[in-house]
Amino acid sequence: MARATPEIPNASMADIAFLLLTFFLVTTTIANDRGLSLILPPPPEAQQEEEVKIQEHNMFKIQLNSSDALLVENEPMGDVSGLKKMIKEFVLNRGVDPKSSENPVKAVVSFKTDRGTSHKRFVEILDIIQGAYYDIYAERAGVTNARWRELSNELEGNMENQRLYDIGRGKKGTPDEIPMNISIAEPTKVGG
Amino acid sequence: MKQEIPTSSMPDVVFMLLFFFMVTTELRKTSINVMQRIPEATQLKKLQRKSLIADLYIGEPKKRDQGMDAKIQADDAFISTKDIIIWASRKRDALAENERDQFTVSFKADSEAKRGIIADVETELRKVNARKILYSTMGKKEEPN
Repeated sequence: MARATPEIPNASMADIAFLLLTFFLVTTTIANDRGLSLILPPPPEAQQEEEVKIQEHNMFKIQLNSSDALLVENEPMGDVSGLKKMIKEFVLNRGVDPKSSENPVKAVVSFKTDRGTSHKRFVEILDIIQGAYYDIYAERAGVTNARWRELSNELEGNMENQRLYDIGRGKKGTPDEIPMNISIAEPTKVGG
Repeated sequence: MKQEIPTSSMPDVVFMLLFFFMVTTELRKTSINVMQRIPEATQLKKLQRKSLIADLYIGEPKKRDQGMDAKIQADDAFISTKDIIIWASRKRDALAENERDQFTVSFKADSEAKRGIIADVETELRKVNARKILYSTMGKKEEPN
């Protein structure tokens, strides 16, 4: 007797797949491991006791108070669009303006907040400071800012990236170096 | 003339979508109990290896009866600032020895969280020398300057 060959009904296939798809859509999150990377200073006790004196003109002061108002070099600033340019000019001053930094190695961007400053505002300003440095590096290496951030993440075992990185940032210890001197001070205690 | 969209390839299309989501996403391991309105920034860096990252969630508790003050959530529980040292060293010790210096703490902090609590956590992390950190942010388009 001839038997009919059994077949899997495939009309409902699409429905099953949709169900599975919906399940994954609901239960999963797209991994977000992006953000502003930062290296904290060494532990307080390990730091040298002697006070490191930074000359006033080598320091670019940015302050945020507990109501998120911005003070740049002791002047209130409402619109932040010009801040990035100011930082770039400060870092790359190289002694031209005696009131600005002597050289990029000595230049320090000091960023002070209050305990009541919101995280959002903090991130906004840190973004601008880091952006200024990345712009400087990228320009020296002759790449775009986005490419710079990418390549500085992929240094290990990549000669080309290492070469560009050394051009952009300058070799450590040489006068050519532009270290990212961002000093994030302990927040003051007004709000919080 | 009657026109119809061909439906015979529908399962294939849907399966394709399904595989895409299966591959690009990961199952949520912890349920987050604090507000997470992640701030936006332009100068993002992407961390290469998920295994080297430990997440800290900081923000107001979602449940109102747990208070209005920002709290720190690590893994599944709220922890206090002084527990950060133990938490961070335990997380770091779980890594292979040659990877420990790459250990990164990712701050998933709410926009409205205050700088005070985050700075306290940073101070604790410095004590255990877990100094690589990342402020988790969403991307936004850079404004032309």
